Amino acid sequence: MTTGILLQVLQTLLAILLAPLLMGWVNQCRAWLQGRSAPPITQPYRVIRKLFHKDAVIAHDASPLFRFAPYMIFACMALAAGIVPTIVNDLPFSPAADVIALVGIFALARVFLALAAMDIGTSFGTLGARREMLISFLAEPALLMVFFTASLISQSTELPVIVETLAHKQFVIYPSLAFAAVAFWMVSTAENARIPVDNPTTHLELTMIHEAMILEYSARHLALIEWAVALKLFVYSALGIALFLPWGIAQAGDLAALPLAVLALLGKLLAGGAGLAFLETISAKMRLFRAPEFLGTAFLLAVLGMLTHFILEV
Amino acid sequence: MPEPIPLQWAWGIVLYWLLLAGASLLLQRRGHLVTSLVMPLGALGALAIAAVGVAGLVLPGGHFVLPIGLPDLPFHLRLDALSGFFLVLLGGAAFGVTVYAVGYFRTMAAGPLALLSLWYHLFLAGMVLVLLADDAYAFMVAWELMALSSYFLVTTDHKISDIRRAGFLYLLIAHVGAVSLLLCFGVLQGGHGAYTFDYMRSAELTPFWASVAFLLALFGFGAKAGLVPMHVWLPEAHPAAPSPVSALMSGVMLKTAIYGLLRVTFDLLNVQIAWWGTLALALGLLTALYGVIFAAVQSDMKRLLAWSSIENIGIILAGFGLTVIFFADGKGALAALTMTALLYHALNHAFFKGLLFVGTGSVLHSTGVRHMGALGGLIRRMPWTAWLTLVGALAIAGMPPLNGFVSEWLLLQAFLLTPGLAHNYLNMVIPVAAAAIAMAAALAAYVMVKFFGVVFLGQPRAENLKHAHDAGWPERLGMLWLAAACVLLGLFPAMVIDALAPVTRLLISQTLVNDGNWLFLAPVSAERASYAPLVFLLVVLAVLLVTFLAVRRVYHGRIRRADPWDCGYAEQDARMQDSAEGFGQPIRQVFDVFMRVEREMPDPFDRKPHYRGDSRDKIWLLLYQPIADLATWLSAQAGRLQHGRIQWYLVYSFATLIFLLVFTR
Repeated sequence: MTTGILLQVLQTLLAILLAPLLMGWVNQCRAWLQGRSAPPITQPYRVIRKLFHKDAVIAHDASPLFRFAPYMIFACMALAAGIVPTIVNDLPFSPAADVIALVGIFALARVFLALAAMDIGTSFGTLGARREMLISFLAEPALLMVFFTASLISQSTELPVIVETLAHKQFVIYPSLAFAAVAFWMVSTAENARIPVDNPTTHLELTMIHEAMILEYSARHLALIEWAVALKLFVYSALGIALFLPWGIAQAGDLAALPLAVLALLGKLLAGGAGLAFLETISAKMRLFRAPEFLGTAFLLAVLGMLTHFILEV
Repeated sequence: MPEPIPLQWAWGIVLYWLLLAGASLLLQRRGHLVTSLVMPLGALGALAIAAVGVAGLVLPGGHFVLPIGLPDLPFHLRLDALSGFFLVLLGGAAFGVTVYAVGYFRTMAAGPLALLSLWYHLFLAGMVLVLLADDAYAFMVAWELMALSSYFLVTTDHKISDIRRAGFLYLLIAHVGAVSLLLCFGVLQGGHGAYTFDYMRSAELTPFWASVAFLLALFGFGAKAGLVPMHVWLPEAHPAAPSPVSALMSGVMLKTAIYGLLRVTFDLLNVQIAWWGTLALALGLLTALYGVIFAAVQSDMKRLLAWSSIENIGIILAGFGLTVIFFADGKGALAALTMTALLYHALNHAFFKGLLFVGTGSVLHSTGVRHMGALGGLIRRMPWTAWLTLVGALAIAGMPPLNGFVSEWLLLQAFLLTPGLAHNYLNMVIPVAAAAIAMAAALAAYVMVKFFGVVFLGQPRAENLKHAHDAGWPERLGMLWLAAACVLLGLFPAMVIDALAPVTRLLISQTLVNDGNWLFLAPVSAERASYAPLVFLLVVLAVLLVTFLAVRRVYHGRIRRADPWDCGYAEQDARMQDSAEGFGQPIRQVFDVFMRVEREMPDPFDRKPHYRGDSRDKIWLLLYQPIADLATWLSAQAGRLQHGRIQWYLVYSFATLIFLLVFTR
């Protein structure tokens, strides 16, 4: 039990500390692919450090909700990082929340961010909140359907059991998971405010979604949000790995497999980050009202995945 | 036979409320006594009825016959686990709402206040009698008492013609539903000619007549619950009523319909057929999606909540449909899971919807505005109301670790356990249904961000909001009670499920087994799924605290206040924020097939531009408008017979006489 708790804390801390690195890697790859000279891979850490040192500038009318929200968002993402198996499976905290609760955690963070964006009452804040909620009302059920497909295969909504089934049982090809994987990729781009749904580098008012919500934040609050964003990307990547490429994650209590698991994780993240940068480079951002169609497609694909499971795999 | 104690108590509380109702009539000139004495006493009654409900869940049920009613038709009362559960729901929610009402109605004029108190207590007594009734006659009398008293509560401000209209619509649909229930009981007695529920339980109905009875019950109770397409009264009547009354109607009265549906389907009928469940599931999903889409485009905050009630009733009904499907298919454990989920959701909805309605009541009281476009920024003027309402909003949006999440979680779990139903088409229906529920839940978050963000956050959209004052202490206590229930029901689901076990055992002779302990909720088995909200909350709090302290300790807590930054625009005002219509615009664009939108665009040179976008319910236009037109046409035709000449009326009488002489001898 003690080793379990230790591993749990270790893995969560590792996720929190490594998350900006993944962000830095994606940015670097993108810069390379676009023929720019890349910022160092540690750039996100420097940004976060710089932001923590600054004085927070807060609007006169800001309510306590505005100041509380960044902490809440960060805590939610840290919690999510504690649930998703990255290097070891079956951690003591994982029975406290299953995949449905994981979707709930993401939703909680999103609702707080949207509410905080509306708090000051600027036009951009409400605009961002409205667009974010529009994106999420399709992305969230689609994500849930992806999880459901995986849950139906493994007969459980517990992430450790899902990973255990997919990674360590005999190798079977599940057609339903192919649908789910495509849907999952589409949802992750939307949820992480990446191209083609949103553009993390833009501050152009007509197109921004996520950036519009955090315009009013500065200093430590902004640092926490940026960190949470990096953490969210990390958690989604880890989720994608856990659901669709789970090989290499150590089984419960198998300490000898840990070094290999860390290496496997790093390899998969490097490849995944480069893939994300590549996909972002070759695609263009969509108009806002194309996004519901994009996510509607993701939703339908995920439902199709579930139907496929019922038709072919039961 | 010795009479069972809890039931006696319940009957005693009904009498006590009737007494209070009578006493308020005597206090027509002493309004302060109504709020400072009668209503607090009524609240105590609510608390007592909740205790009786708990006793009804734990102790063996009992029944007795009251010597009132018609000569051969005395009232039969019975308290069992099902009515016990709904009594807990009623008492728990009504206690918070009534405590709130003590403060809310304080400023009302004495005369109307006394009348309101009369109907209020009659309404509570009527609902309790509905839950206790053990024969069709008592049930219908109680049902009518509930409907009529709530009609008078809805029309409290009867001087406003829109409110009278809303009340009339409510009364009409309530009675169409009641007629259907009457027919349903007629079928259920199955030729015995005896209308006690005991006889109905023993009646052997053929599948055809059982189906007829079920459909009549679904229609009758659906009209009361706000099932699409009988929902039209709900968004009209709920905003019209005073807020505590809306809270009771939405939180508790709609649940009596769910009670009735459960009672008829699982207790009185002795067969359950799978297609009933499919029908209820389909209607429930339609209701849930339809309700939440319309909630997202509303601009009146109480109307928004009313539509959201329709959504929640849809979710409950979808759970009911699944229960019937599983039970008819012989999957008792799954049926127990979905029934637990639906009861849990009903209980949750009573508390969070009650909380949200009384929260809007405080806003209305302090600003006099229901239209969200004229509100904003109230979190700074009314912190108590705002933060407590936030709890309700997060709970209804299904956010962990609050209560709304638990019931939706249980329902979603049921979908994942379904493979291998007897009918193949059901295996196709289930994933689609799960997707619909998930989408309704996600849209509910949209609705609640809109509701809370527009009303409480941002800058005040009107000048008078600067003088808004927070709710007084009775209101705060009432809201605290409801909010605490939302939190506790969310944190201790394992205990709630244990408490629900007698109800499922009574109705489907099976209970939901919790594989975890009091901390972990694990329906079916811990391998399949588990959820521990308390651990969840503690970890969130711990991370919050550690992050906060670490940031403070390693860095600093310096803050500078400045004007908000708005991309370099020189001037900002509150009109630059989203209005309620603006926030709902994406949903209106995505789902415009469901609604007919009426727009009013301002002239570009208008100094005080006014934009209005009204999304009308197409069902009203397609289904009800033709009926209304037909009724008007028929009455116009009937009017032709009447031209005020005495000769013609004598001819009519003569013709009638001849007719009667020919056909009746």
